[in-house]
Amino acid sequence: MRGPAEGRRSPQACDWPACAQKIVGHIEDSLCSTAIPQVTQALSVLTTAFGHCHGLWTQGLWVRLSPLVARLLEKDPVPASHSLVDLLLSVARSAPSSDRGLWETLAQTLSHLSPTQAGPLALGILKLQDCPQALRTQAFGILLQPLACVLEAAAQAPGPPGLLEGAAGDSMTVDTLLSSKSACVGLLCCALAHLGLLQPLPQRPSPWPQAPLLGAAVTILRLCSGSAAPTSDVGGRLCAILVGCGRVQRAALDFLGALSQGTGPQELVTQVFSVLLEYLVSPESSSMVLKKAFQATLRWLLSSPKTPGCCDLDPHTQLFLTELLPVLQKRLCSPCWEVRDSGLEFLTQMTRHWGGQAGFRQALLASEVPELTKQLLRDPESYVRASAVTATGQLSSWGLCASPECPGAQQESLLVELLHILSTDSEGFPRRAVMQVFTEWLRDGHADVAEDAERFVAGVLQAASRDLDWEVRAQGLELALVFLEQLLGQRGSHCPYAVALPETAPPGVLAQALQVLCRVQLFEFAFRALFDCDRPVAQKSCDLLLFLRAKAAPCGSPQEAGDSPNVASVEATLQRWQAGEQGQPLGYLEPGAVVALLRSVDLEGLRDTLAESSDHVEKSPQSLLQDMLAAVGVLGENEADCY
Amino acid sequence: MKLYCLSGHPTLPCNVLKFKSTTIMLDCGLDMTSTLNFLPLPLVQSPRLSNLPGWSLKDGNAFLDKELKECSGHVFVDSVPEFCLPETELIDLSTVDVILISNYHCMMALPYITEHTGFTGTVYATEPSVQIGRLLMEELVNFIERVPKAQSASLWKNKDIQRLLPSPLKDAVEVSTWRRCYTMQEVNSALSKIQLVGYSQKIELFGAVQVTPLSSGYALGSSNWIIQSHYEKVSYVSGSSLLTTHPQPMDQASLKNSDVLILTGLTQIPTANPDSMVGEFCSNLSQTVRNGGNVLVPCYPSGVIYDLLECLYQYIDSAGLSSIPFYFISPVANSSLEFSQIFAEWLCHNKQTKVYLPEPPFPHAELIQTNKLKHYPSIHGDFSNDFRQPCVVFTGHPSLRFGDVVHFMELWGKSSLNTVIFTEPDFSYLEALAPYQPLAMKCIYCPIDTRLNFIQVSKLLKEVQPLHVVCPEQYTQPPPAQSHRIDLMIDCQPPAMSYRRAEVLALPFKRRYEKIEIMPELADSLVPMEIKPGVSLATVSAVLHTKDNKHILQPPPRPAQPTGGKKRKRASDDIPDCKVLKPLLSGSIPVEQFVQTLEKSTQHPPVPFLLEQHGFSDIKVEDTAKGHIVLLQEAETLIQIEEDSTHIICDNDEMLRMIRIPRIPLSSKLRCLCLK
Repeated sequence: MRGPAEGRRSPQACDWPACAQKIVGHIEDSLCSTAIPQVTQALSVLTTAFGHCHGLWTQGLWVRLSPLVARLLEKDPVPASHSLVDLLLSVARSAPSSDRGLWETLAQTLSHLSPTQAGPLALGILKLQDCPQALRTQAFGILLQPLACVLEAAAQAPGPPGLLEGAAGDSMTVDTLLSSKSACVGLLCCALAHLGLLQPLPQRPSPWPQAPLLGAAVTILRLCSGSAAPTSDVGGRLCAILVGCGRVQRAALDFLGALSQGTGPQELVTQVFSVLLEYLVSPESSSMVLKKAFQATLRWLLSSPKTPGCCDLDPHTQLFLTELLPVLQKRLCSPCWEVRDSGLEFLTQMTRHWGGQAGFRQALLASEVPELTKQLLRDPESYVRASAVTATGQLSSWGLCASPECPGAQQESLLVELLHILSTDSEGFPRRAVMQVFTEWLRDGHADVAEDAERFVAGVLQAASRDLDWEVRAQGLELALVFLEQLLGQRGSHCPYAVALPETAPPGVLAQALQVLCRVQLFEFAFRALFDCDRPVAQKSCDLLLFLRAKAAPCGSPQEAGDSPNVASVEATLQRWQAGEQGQPLGYLEPGAVVALLRSVDLEGLRDTLAESSDHVEKSPQSLLQDMLAAVGVLGENEADCY
Repeated sequence: MKLYCLSGHPTLPCNVLKFKSTTIMLDCGLDMTSTLNFLPLPLVQSPRLSNLPGWSLKDGNAFLDKELKECSGHVFVDSVPEFCLPETELIDLSTVDVILISNYHCMMALPYITEHTGFTGTVYATEPSVQIGRLLMEELVNFIERVPKAQSASLWKNKDIQRLLPSPLKDAVEVSTWRRCYTMQEVNSALSKIQLVGYSQKIELFGAVQVTPLSSGYALGSSNWIIQSHYEKVSYVSGSSLLTTHPQPMDQASLKNSDVLILTGLTQIPTANPDSMVGEFCSNLSQTVRNGGNVLVPCYPSGVIYDLLECLYQYIDSAGLSSIPFYFISPVANSSLEFSQIFAEWLCHNKQTKVYLPEPPFPHAELIQTNKLKHYPSIHGDFSNDFRQPCVVFTGHPSLRFGDVVHFMELWGKSSLNTVIFTEPDFSYLEALAPYQPLAMKCIYCPIDTRLNFIQVSKLLKEVQPLHVVCPEQYTQPPPAQSHRIDLMIDCQPPAMSYRRAEVLALPFKRRYEKIEIMPELADSLVPMEIKPGVSLATVSAVLHTKDNKHILQPPPRPAQPTGGKKRKRASDDIPDCKVLKPLLSGSIPVEQFVQTLEKSTQHPPVPFLLEQHGFSDIKVEDTAKGHIVLLQEAETLIQIEEDSTHIICDNDEMLRMIRIPRIPLSSKLRCLCLK
């Protein structure tokens, strides 16, 4: 159905074609039906329609159907509430902001739906660009109500103004919270998740009640851990429902992490750190809860304010660190591998951000964490080994692995140990992690790598080329690219539309670089990867060789190199590789031969072929036709009928 | 039905159930927390302990300084440790017919009961309970006997003096009843009274009730008990676990439809999840050992230690602890480790299947084989030669008052590198540590209690739906330190009845029916008439014969031949003595008439169960609070007539010892005769 031209009145129902009238009639019947599946279906159809079409006719359609939709709200309980919410949001997104009727319906719906059902609608309303302030206030109130109830129930004494004036005692929300464990958990998790989603949005309600929300998150976490001691009846019952509830703990920790983006009174921030520490210390925290607690802690630590005029950590954070590191130490010894893994991930992130902070360095080096991390390189669980590789790599980058007495020896042994993992570990994850660490080390000019980068790259590429895991080989190409860039200069802009001439390297530099590349056998690695059975590896290799060719353009003439017998035999080998026989080595290549090869191989053609996704055959119209014919064939019907 | 509560400790219960003329003791746990008030018994002379200053009253009076010593602000009794026994005054324990044991921890007071109260009954327990219970007792006796103490303190127990003492001595209850440990001889004698039973085995008690042990999932051979008659069912749930550890899983289904469910032995640390605690245990152990410290684990020689060793078996290689020696020191260490491997039928399914491979069910066998775990009877002898640090030592006793653990506390307590990890939940770790203060070693509390928690209890009760729940009072309110945690109490409908030490509880439950058998010849003579489809009714005239709690309807005795040839009415023909019998069966026994009958010599005695016993001349009748006692002096027989029962006690005929005449409502008789 095509919409009428702009500026015209929305068409009346009688103007619509017969088929449209029939469809609308059916939808009207369905909306009046007592069978919920039918109502749901009608609402879904309308949601799709309003989601995809924004013509004037949709307004006409809404004018005609909105009374029927409004009538659904009169039923108790409201049927197909999820679909109804989807429809209203879909209409609201496409309707003009002046549609008062729509806003009224939305307000009415918010007040008719149960607190759990109203949550998604409230979030949707708050995400809308143009929406009356009163409706936004109402919607925000819905999201805040469960937290306001918790705050009120857990309050020891009448304190500062609550989260939501007047809404704290909302009996419907309290009833839902106390009706059953599942209802309480569901409502709180939804409220926390919705508020967490809203927090970073520019259109979030203003003023944003940061402090009460922090207080609510801390209170919920304390109720869940059993450390809160509410005096009210409702508080006691909430505590009994929530204590030990992992789902709410995870949602509250996520929310608490999201709130780290804002500020809060120091007293509350202290409470946040204390509840986070409580969770990190508690043996009762499950591995998933612990992971979330680590994540939230990291977010809060990284957002903690810097002492003015000083680049080091503020005293509160420093104090927290001294309490945190023994906990981390214990967690790294946990028999549960997920816990060890989360601990290592946390350590990696913390080191990445704070590796240069004197306070952090001092605290970390005084603890046994670096030593334990190194021991975990031999963990029986491959995920933990991988995380330990990343963590030790990061620690080493900041010089935090070494003991002050003999730094050189420690570092070298780590490099050897990582190379050992790369060549011997039976699992892919630790080997991938090693490749990532090595790439990072090369990129950042890690002291030990920079000492003899050529030998380092040669050793790593040799190990990576034999690896059965395609991600390790792809990461090897990444490392090769970093090496290339260091030798020949950065790659050009990635933007395909950027007008830039390829930057060629000065001939002297280029010749020297090509010599180095040949010595580290980068070409053998790259050409082998070019015909790799895994497409991403081949694609990456193709990009790398194209980059190299662009850099090497002026070097030598194609004619002279292409004629040499060396090149011919190499081309023959490459052809065999392409055919799948990759046993034969390429042998040592002269820089001239390499340049010639780069020109002779149709890298662009190869790139285009590789760019087509592996399922391009399946997605083509011809394939579709074949599928249909095959299906018809199975049914034993006439071929012509398929159209 | 009455419950006499003899213990105040919810996980070391001792209750007596009176049910259908039987007196059944349910467990006899020994509360050992009393030992925390005593000074430790050091295996090796400890200058620190022997030089502790004596305690004197505020006014400087030092008459107690020989008995009481002061250590870091706490006062301890310097004497052989003593235990708090179950109540012995509440009920005459010589009347207890049987004792049912639910697990080896709940039988530690057995020698006190069986050897010192005139108990003549039988004890029922499973084989692992007996064998491991024996090990626990043997270890206890050994720990205490090998450190003889000349002094026995008793002055402080004087009530007037106790009042003046500081806490916790001041608040210690029933100190006058505290007793020293039993001897091995008493242990052997007590254990000889045990009859072994298997799960689901039905044991008849005097024909009145049937008792059956069911797997409770807590420990090797641990049981819950069903005590049932034909129409009543009492379940005794004590120390059960739904976690998958080494024992056979808990049998829940058989607990269904109980009239009364007595619930004891729930977890002592409801806020600590056993899995989390095991994780905590491993983390702390590994951390200490990696730093070059030693780990001390005070424990019992059986139970959780098997699971801990299994966890460590999986963990030590991954944590890089392969080279660290693990020592298990107990006089019964060897027996405990070996016993655990032979009770295959009492183990969980996984472990049972290992036996058929054949492999030892517990991996500690491999730890021993590879020399990672070594066991010794004590610190003396071989151990001192093999001892290597850093190491992990498992040893008893968890109270830290006796056993080899005392030596290690003295040895390692001064270094902060070492750690003591408490895994047994029976003792407060702070109180246990009190006589070792000041202490530099790290203390970690990881209580591992696999027994049911309140969430599991709530699910269990929903599942088995007992009519009434009876439990210790501690379970009906939140823990005192966490009064807001209403989730840490039993929540059921109707609310659970609670009991405390020395309380007698009348269980809210009336017996209404009794099963009566009909002799086949009598049944043949019945002429049922269908009164509605599926229900037939017949009138029956018979003699009710009651013996050994079995009731049988027998054909009435044949009437005497009519002398004058006068034809009698048919009704009186069938039941000649009906008029005499009726009041006896449905009402109280008319004592005077009864005595007259006993004195008379008649051809057909009106009291059929006395059969030939008639014609007594020296009958004395005494009135009691509940009825009468008829004494037949010549026959040395005593007949106790009470409101709802009659007992005939005589020496010359054992079969008559427990005969009882119940009051049966008329309606129930009729119901018994309804034929479907």
